[in-house]
Amino acid sequence: MSVDLAPSADEQLIEHAFTSFFAKEAPIELVRRSEPLGFDRELWSKLAAIDAQGLALPERVGGSGATMGMLVVAIEALGRVLAPVPLIEHAVASRALDQPGRDLVDGTAIATIALRPAEADGRWRLVPAGAVADVVIGIDGDQLVVVRSAPPGSAPHNHACAPLADRSAREGERAVIGMAAGWSTAVSEWRLLTAAALVGVAARALELAVEYVTVRHQFGRPVGSFQAVQHGLADLPGLVEGARLLVRKAAWAADRSAAGVEPVIDVDDNDVTDFPALARMAFVFAADVAAKITDRSLHYHGGYGFAEEGAIQLFYRRARGWPLVLGDPSTECLDLAVALFGAPAAAERRSEKGG
Amino acid sequence: MDFSLTPEAEEYRRDVRRIIAETVTPAERHRQHSTGSFVCAPLHRALAERGYIERAVPGIGKGDPIELWVLFNEMEKAAAPSDALSVLIIVAGIINRVGTSAQRERILPSLLAGESLACLGYSEPDCGSDLAAVSTRARRDGAEWVINGAKMWTTMAHIADWVLLLTRTDPTVSRHKGLTMFVLPMDTPGISISPVPTMANERTNATFYDDVRVGDDCLLGGENRGWDVLTVGLSFERGVVGDSNAGVSLLRHFRGWAEQTGRITDPLVREKMARTAIDNEVAKLLTQRSAWIAASGDLPGVEGSMTKLFATAAYQKAVRWFQEITGPEGLLRFDEPGAAAGGWIEYEGRHAPGCTIRGGTTEINRTNVGQRHLGLPRGT
Repeated sequence: MSVDLAPSADEQLIEHAFTSFFAKEAPIELVRRSEPLGFDRELWSKLAAIDAQGLALPERVGGSGATMGMLVVAIEALGRVLAPVPLIEHAVASRALDQPGRDLVDGTAIATIALRPAEADGRWRLVPAGAVADVVIGIDGDQLVVVRSAPPGSAPHNHACAPLADRSAREGERAVIGMAAGWSTAVSEWRLLTAAALVGVAARALELAVEYVTVRHQFGRPVGSFQAVQHGLADLPGLVEGARLLVRKAAWAADRSAAGVEPVIDVDDNDVTDFPALARMAFVFAADVAAKITDRSLHYHGGYGFAEEGAIQLFYRRARGWPLVLGDPSTECLDLAVALFGAPAAAERRSEKGG
Repeated sequence: MDFSLTPEAEEYRRDVRRIIAETVTPAERHRQHSTGSFVCAPLHRALAERGYIERAVPGIGKGDPIELWVLFNEMEKAAAPSDALSVLIIVAGIINRVGTSAQRERILPSLLAGESLACLGYSEPDCGSDLAAVSTRARRDGAEWVINGAKMWTTMAHIADWVLLLTRTDPTVSRHKGLTMFVLPMDTPGISISPVPTMANERTNATFYDDVRVGDDCLLGGENRGWDVLTVGLSFERGVVGDSNAGVSLLRHFRGWAEQTGRITDPLVREKMARTAIDNEVAKLLTQRSAWIAASGDLPGVEGSMTKLFATAAYQKAVRWFQEITGPEGLLRFDEPGAAAGGWIEYEGRHAPGCTIRGGTTEINRTNVGQRHLGLPRGT
C-alpha cells in the first residue's frame, strides 16, 4: 500500500517487549530512588539480560541488527517511564565505533558521546551519561577520539537529575578514530533517539493529566468535565501524534539512507526525506511538545503537581533537562535552516542573481 | 512503516501537479480574487477529462484516500482554491450513496464532468456549529414540499447548480430526528441569493428560501433522515480535503521575499522559517495519517480534528511572524508596487482567521478530541 503507517511486525514485537519490561522493572519509585544521580545499575543489568544494549548494533559484532525504526520504538517506551538508564547515549556511541568491544555490546561497560567539542583544557563539559560511562566518544580539536577512563560516579546537581559530568578527552586510554569534520551521524542519531524518548515523556504526561482531572472533583464534579480544562488538554494529543510521526519518519529516513536511497530536501514542495534534517526537526518539535505538555499537565494537577510527592514534576524536569544538554533549540533551528534553505551566504548569492 | 508513495500514486501526483500548473494561472488567480468566486472551472474540467474527479468520489471511483490526500495536498501547496472541488466530491459521494437512481442519473454526470457545481445549505444565521438546531422548514403539501427559511455561509451559491439543503420536517421529535436533506436546483423559483463578502476576497452568500416548492424527487436519503445524510458527508471528508497545509505556500512566498530582500541571511528570520518548515512537515504527516486510517477502512474523526487544531494554529502563528517581519511592505495588497511577495503576505493575513472557524471551529474540534479521544467526562 502506498503510505503504510502501521508498525512492522518487528516494531510491534519490540514495542511489546520494551513496554512490558519497563512497566515491570521501572516503576516511578525507582525513578525517584535513582535521584539525584539518575542512574540505576540494576535496571541497566536487567536490560543487558534482554540484550537491549546490543539491539541496534550490527550482527557482525554480536548485536541484534535492529533498524532505527525498531530502536525508536524501544526508546519511546523508555521515555514513558523516565527509565534512569543511558540507553540512548550507549546505543549512539557504540554504533559510532567500527568495532565496539564485547563489553559494550553486552552492556557490562557503558559508552556515551560528548555532544560538544572538548574545550581548550581538553575537557568535555556536561557530557550526558558522563557520570557513569566508561567510554566517551567526542571531538577534541580536529580529531574524533574515543577515551576509556574511570567515570566519576557522581553528577553535579542538575534540573533533570541526569548523570551529567565533565570528562577528559586526553586522559585515559585514548584512540583517534577519525576526523572531526564529517562526524555528525552519531549526533543526528542522538537527536532522533532523544526525540523518541521525549515523545514517551509527553504521551505519559498527558495520560497523567487525564487521569488526574478525571478523579479530582471540585464544585461537585470532575475538574475534567469543565470545558476550560477539556480544551486546554484537547490541543495536546495532536502534538504527541505529530511528534511521534516525525520521529518515525526520521527513523524511516535513516534506514532508507542506510539502504542507499537518495534523500530529498525540497521545502517549497514540503518534501524532506533527508535523515539529518528530519532528525533535527523531530528533536526540536518533540522537545517543544514535551515542554508544553508537561507544563500543562503539571498545571492541571494544581498544587499537587508542584509538590515533590507528585509524579508529574519528574516528567516536567526531564522534558527540559534531557534535550537542553545539546544547547539552545534556536541554534538547532538555524542549523536546520542551512539544510533546508542553504547557508546564509549562499542564499544571499542566490538572491543577488535575482533569486 | 513506509512514508513513500507507490510509483502509481507518484505518477498521479505528477499529473495532478501538471494540471494545476496549467490551469491555475496568474490570470485565473486574478479573476478569483477580483470576483470573489474561488472556483477554477478550467481546473475542474481538466481533472474531469483525466477521470480524476470520478476517481476521487467515494463509492464511484477507486476511492483511495491516499489519492484524495495527494489531490488536495497538491492543490494546497499550489495555493489553488480547493473548497469547490471538495464540496463537489462530497456531494457526489452522498448522492451516490443515499440518492435514488433517478437522482444519480440527473445530477452526477455533469458534476463528475466538472461542468456543474454544488453548494452546501447547512448553516443558518442563528446556527453554525450546532447544526441540529436548523430551523429552515419543509412542509408537505400534497405531492410537494414547501420550503421556507434562510441559510448562511452558502459559499458558491451564486455559481452552483445544486444545493444540498438541510431542513426541519418534524419539529415534534428530538432535534436530530426531525431533519430532512433535499437536493434541488439552484434555479428553483423562490430561492434568492445575497452576497456576503469576506475579508479574504472570497465571496460567500446568504440564501433565502421563500415558498420554494419541490417534489419528492428532491428528497435525499429519506424523510427525517437528514442527520444520517449529514454524517455520511462528514465521513467522506476523511480529514484530508483541505485547510491542513496552508503553511507550505505561505513559506514559499515568504522565502521568495526573504531572498529578494536579503533578509534570508538574518538569523531571526531563518529561525522562524525553519520552525514553520517543521510545523509544515508535522501538518503533512498528520493529514497523511488521516488518509492512511481511511485507507485502512476506519473513520479518522478525532484524527481529523487533531490535524485541524494543529495545522490551523501553526499556520496562524506563521502568518503573524511573516507579517511582522515583512513590515510596511507586508501591508501592501496584490498588484501594489513593492508589495511583499507580490501581496501574498498581506492576503494570508486576511485568509488566516477563517481557518479556525470554517469546517468545524477550534472549539468544536477541541470538544471532539477531549471527549471522544481523551475520554474526558461531559459537562453538566
